Amino acid sequence: MHELSVCHALLTQVADIARAQAAEAVECITIEVGPLSGTEPTLLLNAFLVMRSGSAATATLVIERGPVKISCLRCGVNSETPPNRLICTHCGGWRTRVIAGDTLCLKRIEMRMPEPTDRTHCLNSEPIQYV
Amino acid sequence: MCKTCGCAIPAPAQQSVINPALKFTIVDVVQDLFAANNLTAAHNRKHFDENGVLAINLMSSPGSGKTTLLEATILALRTRYRIAVIEGDLETERDAERIRACGVPALQITTGTACHLDASLVHQALHQLPLADIDLLFIENVGNLVCPASFDLGQHLNVTLLSVTEGDDKPAKYPVIFRASDLVVLSKTDLLPVLDDFLPSRALSALRGLGVATPMIHTAGRRDLAIGAWIEWLKSQLENRDIKADVQEINAPAEQDASTLCA
Repeated sequence: MHELSVCHALLTQVADIARAQAAEAVECITIEVGPLSGTEPTLLLNAFLVMRSGSAATATLVIERGPVKISCLRCGVNSETPPNRLICTHCGGWRTRVIAGDTLCLKRIEMRMPEPTDRTHCLNSEPIQYV
Repeated sequence: MCKTCGCAIPAPAQQSVINPALKFTIVDVVQDLFAANNLTAAHNRKHFDENGVLAINLMSSPGSGKTTLLEATILALRTRYRIAVIEGDLETERDAERIRACGVPALQITTGTACHLDASLVHQALHQLPLADIDLLFIENVGNLVCPASFDLGQHLNVTLLSVTEGDDKPAKYPVIFRASDLVVLSKTDLLPVLDDFLPSRALSALRGLGVATPMIHTAGRRDLAIGAWIEWLKSQLENRDIKADVQEINAPAEQDASTLCA
C-alpha cells in the first residue's frame, strides 16, 4: 500500500532532475528495490503506471532487485541469504550485518533533450575541457 | 572514460552523459527514495531533542494491544514522567480518547486510507503538543506490520508488539519491521496457558534468524497485569537520554507500582 507514497517520492525526484537538466521527456528510470527494502516491485510498478505524468508520462521503469548479502560479525565471511534468514551460511552465526539488499533508491534517469540547435549553442559557449 | 564517445573526460561524482547527436541525457544518481521523508524526520527529531523529549514509535498489527499497553504504561509512569501520545488510525478518535482518559495529552491523526504514518503527518501533530512539557512521547502507528517499517518519523526508538495470538513465526514473515525494531514486546502473554501453538522460544528464534540482537520482553496489559520488564526498559531508555525528568524527580511523587494496577 505504501508503494503509492514511494512512487510519489520517486516521481518528484525524477521531475526535479528532469527540470534541472531542461529535459523534454523522461524515457527510462532505473531504481533499485532490495528484497529487504520493504517495498514490493510489482505493486510499485503498478503504482508507477497509474501515477506517471508530466515529463515522465511515457517513461518506463526498470527495477533492479539484487540479492540480500550479509557479513558475519563472528567469522567475517560474506554470504547471500533469503530476506528472513540472515544467518551466516559459513559458520551459522546470527550476529550479522546486512551489506546489500535493503536499498530503495533512484539510480539512473535517461532523458530526451530539446532540439539540437539549443544544445549546439550551449556547447559552443562552454567548450569541453580535455585532460 | 566517457561511455558515449570514448573521450577521456573524467567522470564527475554524479554523472550526466550528454550526446547532442542523439538528443539524449543519462543522469546517474544514487538517491534514497525516502530522502524527502527522512529530511522531515530529521527535522522532527531536532524538535524532540531540543525539548528533551524521548520519542518512541510503537508498531504492530491491529489488535495486538498497543493502546492497552499505553494505558497501563501511563498509569505506571505518569507521576514520574510527563507523557503524551500521538495516535495514528485510519478513522475514529477512540484511541486518543482512551489515552486522554488516563490523564495525558493525546492527539489523533486519522490517515483516511493511508496505511502508515509519515514524518510530515507527525510534524503537523507535534506542533499541536506542548513539547517543552513532555518527557516521553509515544507515537502509536497505524496497525500494520508492513508499511510503518519504511517511514522514519523522527523517533528515537522503534518498538514492535507481537501478541501471542498472532503466531510465533511473525518475525520470519515480516522481516523488515522486526529488523527495524529496538525492542520486541510479546503482548497478551497471560493468554499463553490457553494457547497450544505459540512458543515464545520459537518467536525469539525467528527474531534471531533476522541477524539482530534485539531484546524480546513479555507483557500482559489486562488480566494478570505484567508490564514490569517493559517499564524497566522504558526507564533505562529515559535515564540514558538524561532527560529533564531527572532534574525534576526530586519534587515528583513516587510512581505507582505496576504490580498493583490490575483492576
